[in-house]
Amino acid sequence: MVRIISRRLVQLVVTLLALMTLVFFWLRSLPGGPVDALLGERATPQTRELLTRALGYDQPIWVQYGRFLKNVVTGNFGNSIRTGEPVTDVISRSFPATVELALAAIIIAIGLGVPLGYLAARHRGRLLDNATIIVTLIGISIPIFFLGYLLKDWLTQGVHIFPPSGRISTGLDNTDVTGFFVLDGLLTRELDASADALWHLVLPALTLATIPLAIIIRITRASVLDVLDEDYIRTADAKGLRNPTIRKRHVLRNALLPVVTIIGLQTGALLAGAVLTEKVYNWGGLGTLITDSISGSRDYPVLQALILLAAAVFVVVNLVVDLSYAVIDPRVRVR
Amino acid sequence: MPPLLDVRELSVVFQRKGTRPVTAVDGVSFTVEPGQTVGLVGESGCGKSVTSLAIMGLLPRRGNKVTGEVRFEDTDLLQLRPRDLRDWRGRDIGMIFQDPLSSLNPVIPLGVQVAEVLERHQGRTRQAALKQARELLDAVGIPDPARRLKEFPHQLSGGMRQRALIAIALACKPRLLIADEPTTALDVTIQAQILTLLKELVDDSGTALVMITHDLGVVAGLCDTVNVLYAGKVVERAYRHDLFAEPRHPYTHGLLQSVPRLDVDRGERLHQIRGSVSDNIPWPEGCAFAPRCDRVVDDCIGETVPLEPTFRAGALRCANPVPKEVAV
Amino acid sequence: MTRPGGLATLADHKRKRIDELIARTTEPGGVSLIRDAGRRLLRNPTAIVGAVLILLFLIIAIFAPLVAPHDPVQRFPELTKDLTVDSIPGATAGHPLGSDPLGRDFASRMIYGARQTLFVGVLATLIGLLLGVLLGALAGAIGGWVDAVVMRLTDVMLALPSLLLAITLVALARQSTQWTVIVAVAVVNVPIFARLLRGSMLAQRESDHVLAARALGVKRRDIVLRHMLPNSLTAVIVQATLTFAVAILDAAALSFLGLGDPDINRAEWGLMLGVDGVRYFEVRPELAYFPALAIIFVALGFTLLGESIREALDPKNRR
Repeated sequence: MVRIISRRLVQLVVTLLALMTLVFFWLRSLPGGPVDALLGERATPQTRELLTRALGYDQPIWVQYGRFLKNVVTGNFGNSIRTGEPVTDVISRSFPATVELALAAIIIAIGLGVPLGYLAARHRGRLLDNATIIVTLIGISIPIFFLGYLLKDWLTQGVHIFPPSGRISTGLDNTDVTGFFVLDGLLTRELDASADALWHLVLPALTLATIPLAIIIRITRASVLDVLDEDYIRTADAKGLRNPTIRKRHVLRNALLPVVTIIGLQTGALLAGAVLTEKVYNWGGLGTLITDSISGSRDYPVLQALILLAAAVFVVVNLVVDLSYAVIDPRVRVR
Repeated sequence: MPPLLDVRELSVVFQRKGTRPVTAVDGVSFTVEPGQTVGLVGESGCGKSVTSLAIMGLLPRRGNKVTGEVRFEDTDLLQLRPRDLRDWRGRDIGMIFQDPLSSLNPVIPLGVQVAEVLERHQGRTRQAALKQARELLDAVGIPDPARRLKEFPHQLSGGMRQRALIAIALACKPRLLIADEPTTALDVTIQAQILTLLKELVDDSGTALVMITHDLGVVAGLCDTVNVLYAGKVVERAYRHDLFAEPRHPYTHGLLQSVPRLDVDRGERLHQIRGSVSDNIPWPEGCAFAPRCDRVVDDCIGETVPLEPTFRAGALRCANPVPKEVAV
Repeated sequence: MTRPGGLATLADHKRKRIDELIARTTEPGGVSLIRDAGRRLLRNPTAIVGAVLILLFLIIAIFAPLVAPHDPVQRFPELTKDLTVDSIPGATAGHPLGSDPLGRDFASRMIYGARQTLFVGVLATLIGLLLGVLLGALAGAIGGWVDAVVMRLTDVMLALPSLLLAITLVALARQSTQWTVIVAVAVVNVPIFARLLRGSMLAQRESDHVLAARALGVKRRDIVLRHMLPNSLTAVIVQATLTFAVAILDAAALSFLGLGDPDINRAEWGLMLGVDGVRYFEVRPELAYFPALAIIFVALGFTLLGESIREALDPKNRR
């Protein structure tokens, strides 16, 4: 067990290191090199000269590489080209918004996906099952930004059920403690702020949850059907166990194993989905930051940091999933 | 006194959408007396496993049509509501399966898998059930049962897993045990141990046993009476000694001839039955075995050959049986 | 009393009857996995629906010039004259779906859109497939350090969620063209194909038929090319079908993010939806609905067909 963890950790570090190296050489492979990338093409020779010296681009490449690694490890990604602020500040400001959105989405996806997938499997071949399959197929075939616009059109225009965009109503005087608006409201006892933030969260979270929800439903359904075919379910039936016992003890537990893996993979995919969803709902998170850093001239220092952050989150989440497997599945534990 | 189990005209038809219906079990009848061991013998695909699952009500309801009667004492199990049948399974009828690894839940400790059947039928608490489970594992010859209770199926050897399944099936002291090829997935050396264990357990407890196998060696060591199945129908039934001494159906005869024997000259070639199980003709058109039969005659083709009683409760479905004196 | 019996002793008509009956019960041909799968595929309504959707899409794409009423880039004066930021002309005589924001015939653009979408999807899938298969085959066939390098490379690529990787690649290019989009969407799928092929080859390396070929002294190159690759191909085909759906969705997402093809003349559904469709959503939502529906149906078609093939090939479903 310890050996698996340490091996996975080493693998994780190697992956991230390789990614950092690619990012490093990426900037240097651009036409005009990193200075052009940082200043844009219209900068004067003097500013170029200044920056080249300041950032040490006149030094040998391996010295630069060493310093780059050191900076990355210490969290120093330089300053944003667009705003001039330190990259870490820019990112930490947008971070809570995306985490809030992604958490809400994954809660919806798991909370609805597992029961729906299970119900579909139990009603295999009947109306509920067929309807679920069709809806999930559309869910994975629809461009989610389009779905976002649809939801917005139906539920915010005319009938004002939900707010069309933003994280909180303008003019609402909420106190920013952690950056998680729903949580902040609870902490500062401004429950109206919490409720308002939650209200703003519904549509973006639903939109972002669409694909993971569809996938979790499908995997759960397939997995339950697989388990129902297993010999040990027949054994449980032969024991005369009652149906609820069989479902709870024998079906659900085994069926959830593959679902756990998918949940890990989908959490990563949420980061990508957030880029689209945030743009639709004007949600000021990391996704918006990525879009803003690319459109027009590219804000490479911010992009670099975002890519590494996304990769780190993705890899760590999947490591956690793998480890949690060991808790749920005894067959992994001994290996 | 009525028999413990009386199976009458049991038929199972598989019918899936878009496919021809297939009759897997075709009017099978046999009885099991209390404490008796009855064999169901035949090649794979002859319907013996389906018969056992139909008796237990374990066939998926989708796509299977089961008709006939399965009388357990005075109750027709096929008439019970699925819910009520669950009260009988595990309590009055136990069952063990071919592949002990896949038949145990991989993520649940062995102890719980034994204990839950006691909790269900005898109303034990988890703790009491686990204590009894330890005794059961001990009784089926699993060493260090206290430790094994906490282990998972993959940590046990094949033989031990099958012992555990036997412990589960016999936990509530059922009056009938159905064993579906219980030794097929095991090493040869383990097979004998498991069979001996089964024999001891049913003898001691007076449990009747339905033994489903393709292995005539298993039948020879264990069964009181034997039903030979071919293509979903009983083709011959006899007491064990009669069957081995004088097989009358050419199929039974062929099966016995194809078992290697030590008392026959080495030079003699082993008999083989021509063709394969799929070379069948449908029973209504004659004898399903006819295409493979050495003794086929014109009477075999045209209509169902009836199952006729022979001596001593035996029965035979053949138009041209093997003459008694030729039998080995 | 004892009659000898045997097939030879039977009357002719009885013997013929046996042959007839056996012929009736044993199904013709069909022991081969592929043929068996094909039969099941034809019986599966899901597969048929998927195939019909794809076929429809292909027909429209191929015969676009015959079907479309107009040239997709031509601006019509009768359309532009009523064109403002707040109003885009709807259906008129000769223009069944009305105008797009530049006064072009929207119906024709939709029809030609099938072509461009097919082009982007096919190329992105093919490039991803070829690179992935090449890497995966190398890793699986050679093993050792080649395998290790390929696996670490896919690790890195898979460390980013697919759309983010595509975004990164487009960002790397500084300027977007149709080709940056195609390549970005293609590269995302390289690690998936590579792992698929490698896994399949490793599994086969230990399989009986490869061991037998090796024991017979068949050259390694021949084993890989003649025995292992063809066997892995079915899985690759299934994945390619599913990848096509993902590719056109990813291309649409890139357009929406402003990273798509900058050519304003290009009629491609993802571009039409991601740029004009959402920009004029409140003015004329049809500009979004039509390309979105087209994308959904095509993605659905490829997903349905891909999954049906996978299901049909699954030995578990054989009977």
